[in-house]
Amino acid sequence: MSKRIDVSDLNVYYGNFRAVADVNIEIGAKSVTAFIGPSGCGKSTFLRTLNRMHEVIPGATVEGQVLLDGDNLYDPGVDPVTVRSQIGMVFQRPNPFPTMSIRDNVLAGVKLNARKISRSDADDLVESSLRASNLWNEVKDRLDKPGSGLSGGQQQRLCIARTIAVKPGVILMDEPCSALDPISTLAIEDLINEMKNDYTVVIVTHNMQQAARVSDKTAFFNIAGTGKPGKLIEYDDTATIFSNPSVKATEDYVSGRFG
Amino acid sequence: MTTNALTSGPGSGRTGDRVFSTAARSAGILILLTLFAVALFLFVQALPAFTADPADLSGGQGFFSYIWPIVIGTVIAAAIAIVLATPVGLGVALFISHYAPRKLAAPLGYVIDLLAAIPSVIYGIWGYLVLAPVLVPGYEWLNQHLGFLPVFGGPVSQTGKTMLTAGVVLAVMVLPIITSLSREIFLQAPGLHEEAALALGATRWEMIRMSVLPFARAGIISAVMLGLGRALGETMAVALVLSTGTLIPSLIKSGNQTIAAEIALNFPEAFGLRMSELIAAGLVLFVITLAVNMIARWIISRHQQFSGAN
Amino acid sequence: MTNATLTPVPAAPVANRRNRLSKGRLPRWAIPVVGLSALVLGAAGSTLGGFSIASMLIYTALLFVVGATAVTVIVEGRRQGTNSFFTYLIHGCFILALIPLISVLYTVLERGLPGMTSNFLFTSMNGMTGAVDNQSVADGTPVLGGAYHAVVGTLLITAFSTIISVPIGMLAAIYLVEYGQGKALSRGITFFVDVMTGIPSIVAGLFAGALFGILFGPSTRMGIVAAVALSVLMIPTVVRSTEEMLKIVPNELREASYALGVRKWRTIAQVVIPTAISGIASGVTLAIARVIGETAPILVTAGLANNINFNVFSNWMATLPTFIYYQILSPTSPTNIDPSAQRAWAAALLLIIMVMVLNLGARLIARVFSPKTGR
Repeated sequence: MSKRIDVSDLNVYYGNFRAVADVNIEIGAKSVTAFIGPSGCGKSTFLRTLNRMHEVIPGATVEGQVLLDGDNLYDPGVDPVTVRSQIGMVFQRPNPFPTMSIRDNVLAGVKLNARKISRSDADDLVESSLRASNLWNEVKDRLDKPGSGLSGGQQQRLCIARTIAVKPGVILMDEPCSALDPISTLAIEDLINEMKNDYTVVIVTHNMQQAARVSDKTAFFNIAGTGKPGKLIEYDDTATIFSNPSVKATEDYVSGRFG
Repeated sequence: MTTNALTSGPGSGRTGDRVFSTAARSAGILILLTLFAVALFLFVQALPAFTADPADLSGGQGFFSYIWPIVIGTVIAAAIAIVLATPVGLGVALFISHYAPRKLAAPLGYVIDLLAAIPSVIYGIWGYLVLAPVLVPGYEWLNQHLGFLPVFGGPVSQTGKTMLTAGVVLAVMVLPIITSLSREIFLQAPGLHEEAALALGATRWEMIRMSVLPFARAGIISAVMLGLGRALGETMAVALVLSTGTLIPSLIKSGNQTIAAEIALNFPEAFGLRMSELIAAGLVLFVITLAVNMIARWIISRHQQFSGAN
Repeated sequence: MTNATLTPVPAAPVANRRNRLSKGRLPRWAIPVVGLSALVLGAAGSTLGGFSIASMLIYTALLFVVGATAVTVIVEGRRQGTNSFFTYLIHGCFILALIPLISVLYTVLERGLPGMTSNFLFTSMNGMTGAVDNQSVADGTPVLGGAYHAVVGTLLITAFSTIISVPIGMLAAIYLVEYGQGKALSRGITFFVDVMTGIPSIVAGLFAGALFGILFGPSTRMGIVAAVALSVLMIPTVVRSTEEMLKIVPNELREASYALGVRKWRTIAQVVIPTAISGIASGVTLAIARVIGETAPILVTAGLANNINFNVFSNWMATLPTFIYYQILSPTSPTNIDPSAQRAWAAALLLIIMVMVLNLGARLIARVFSPKTGR
């Protein structure tokens, strides 16, 4: 189920402005990859191009190739909706659907696509997704309550459960802990560690300790100055990036001498 | 070239997207077409009145001499309404935004909104049966003491069904418009400026004059313009309250007429050329209110660009 | 400066000592005294030219504002005087604005309640002639005839205009918010929708009349023409309120839905609209409340009927506003206008109740059905 991603010569534009330039990266299946870098370096923009979420922003365009197990996301015949159902995304701020119960939130991907599902299959899917996101024990007695009544950390795990329920091969996470308290953050990090058994996880984070704790490989993005495009500076095993990086800028950044 | 597994997904949903976005865009275009059609149909149906032999029209002297007095009447009625409603409306808005206790401000806002909710025909019968008789002594007083002014010339209408009464009723109807729009603007006035003024030892009125009113000027103008648009086009209040007649200077005598009331009073029995004439009058009213509203909207949009800098 | 520290600190304020910060201020009793004397003088003044409550209140208010301002100017200075003058003026404006509201509501209640009989609610004006009214006045029997046909007409015409306006208005708003961002077409629609809110209602009526006149021959009068006219008035309101509500829906929810592989139209239909539905429903209710009381467009499109007509696609139809209008303007019996006036006021009361219920309903919908955020 878990899938790999290969990116070659990727450029992202907002109108005429090139936001991200010439990214080449291979993300292996069943691994956790962290994107780090200063604000505005294009790491979130790049992450969004991995499931074509950037297209939601008017004027955003992409050049280059993103291969999901060898299939290019940007081939003319490809429907972004198909891409997104195979590459899920978790956002910075927890965003459960306010009109839906906890159960319906988990089933959102199925129900919103009007896919037929039997009652027992739905129950199984809700339980397995919530178990996989370590939320089952906390919410199993109140599945019919609104999802927005949960705490921030629980809401974020609900959003992860919602993403898992669609059965994607890859899960992208855009700073999933930046709006959470330390205890909730720890719960999410534990979850990410478990998730790599079944999924390919890509996480954007501002928190370098978090990158060091959860990821197998780390990519460092940087920007030469305002108005310049963001670039992938270095991509290697997390241990190498944090202990023995080969580029000076990476070393400056991870040791805190920068930004 | 290898086959791409991603292209074989369920493509059926795409039709839904296309249908939905087309429907949404069509609805938007339909609205534009409707407005265009309003102008076009009115013009087509009004055409006979413009081309007919002048002697066949009401008054027998052509369309211009028919429409001119009622345009002036419309403007007079709306002007009275605006002159009366603007100061009171602004006062009420200031009362709600800056004078009333915080907790009361929202409920008082609802109360003023209730004024706007009352149907115009009810204002009409209220103005006709309740307000007009009450105002007669006041008109007599005005005629006695200020009768030398043409606007207060006699003999005073004994029913009170005059232009001034119609103007008062219209003022009541446009008051909530002016109030609610200017209240919004007053509440947006930058709090820091207000506090700065108070900290300098300004009294409450000085604070309002120094920091609220200058900020709100464009908003007030557009609120008044929108109120004017409403007053120009309001039908029922005038149709019921005014005892119509030819154009005369006195506001407290029976007489005068407005476009909207002219149409409402005569349309049910009209046919042929008379109908074209009334539709032509409606076209004139449409053009006048369109111009007033467009100016008001233009002022608002210009103001929004400025307020962005605050 | 050292001397200053040696001067004895004044002890706790003595009971009869005045606070120095309040020096040069009016004592608290001054303004009520001015008010009371204004009342007395006002009452006295109004008796000079024939006593009436209205003139007494006018004199009192004028005397109070002049007097209180003068006293403030003398004791506290010109700036404070100006301040209190405007304070009184602004309070006065509010009271002045309440007078017509109270007067209208009181009149409608007082004159409308006696006519609110089951006969009024459940019979039409079919077969009602001046002779019937003359008879009931002569015999002192209850007024016959009612507004049932007008209630039916009002509900049908309003329902049809809602059916026309809500889909068009909502779809146009969806276009503006979800599809048209920054496009010239959407800017044009926004501008002209704003302009359309200012179309005089009678012009909307003439338009619908002219449209059906071209299609079905001149003087086509039926309920559906009136419904089209009301739609022209209702659509801009629905667009504006729906647009506001859709804009409030956070973008995060749309993105969350897209990220689950949900199509845009399903996202709009199943995530965005349900989130905003309470606000949209409340906006639509207010739009209905606005058009239900419209008179002028009905006059020129639906004519006036005295009998019950359930079919909006044929024949003339009455609505409550036109019923009120004709009962007052051309009473059923020209010699005995009281029965007509009674029916008109009862209809006015009924109409106000409908409008108020819709307004309160709108607030209730907005409050009760809004999504619980829990944050």
